[in-house]
Amino acid sequence: MTIQLIAFYLFASLAVLSGAVTILARNPVHSVLWLILAFFNAAGLMVLAGAEFIAMLLVIVYVGAVAVLFLFVVMMLDIDFAELRAGFIRNAPVGALIAVVLFGELLIGVGAYRAGALVLGTPDGSAATPAGVSNIEAIGALLYGRYLFLFEAAGVILLVAMIGAIVLTHRQRSDTRGQNVSRQVERRPDEATVNMQPEVGQGVSL
Amino acid sequence: MIGIEHYVVVSSILFVLGVLGIFLNRKNVIVILMAIELILLAVNINLVAFSSFLHDLTGQIFAMFVLTVAAGEAAIGLAILVIYFRGRGTIAVDDVNRMKG
Repeated sequence: MTIQLIAFYLFASLAVLSGAVTILARNPVHSVLWLILAFFNAAGLMVLAGAEFIAMLLVIVYVGAVAVLFLFVVMMLDIDFAELRAGFIRNAPVGALIAVVLFGELLIGVGAYRAGALVLGTPDGSAATPAGVSNIEAIGALLYGRYLFLFEAAGVILLVAMIGAIVLTHRQRSDTRGQNVSRQVERRPDEATVNMQPEVGQGVSL
Repeated sequence: MIGIEHYVVVSSILFVLGVLGIFLNRKNVIVILMAIELILLAVNINLVAFSSFLHDLTGQIFAMFVLTVAAGEAAIGLAILVIYFRGRGTIAVDDVNRMKG
């Protein structure tokens, strides 16, 4: 039990620390790197809770895709980040006030929960992990069974996001010469240049 | 002994850090997007912790859907950021008034 205790406090403190540095770092590139550390530690927390599949998904999706996307964008844009931090100190009191109020509310929520949760119903056990089945197997059975349509809707959302991102960032550059497919297809033989080898003295019929 | 409260406290700290990040970096959209990712991460931790606590896998399924939406949101947000930067040469959100909203 003690190794789990140590692991939990390690992951939790590192996740909170790297989350704090993410929002405080001067350089957004450093922010992204700290965000990656926060995701890794959150994945550790989820492994401790017995949710291996979501933890691995978090590492693959966030660290492998989202964080790298952020890194690319941060490095591509040529921005004076010092100028963007101008309002940092001025905004700090309001932000801190809101953060304190929000955290207080959350703590009151946890306290009220400990004092005895409202019984809004009990899980009927139909979505519980069956005995002797691994987490991934159980999630797979649920995902491709009861939540199949939601799963497909998630796929459609990803497709729309992908097409949207491509459409938004794609631009027609005027200084390049590309292929015009419709003009190529429309072209007819009678408007084409033909290579002829007429006999001597015959001439060419047009 | 680690209980559900420990997980809830960690996720609420991360959530508050995300909200604080939005207020502190009001001009820098990139950091605001990262703060939103932190908030969604906190939500995911909460969903997974309660799923484990209640022995109900539905929470983990929905954590996956939150992950999907977060990935799509990051892609679209960064694409909008790139075209905004292309047109204006800055990403300061204070003077985003092109739509006169």
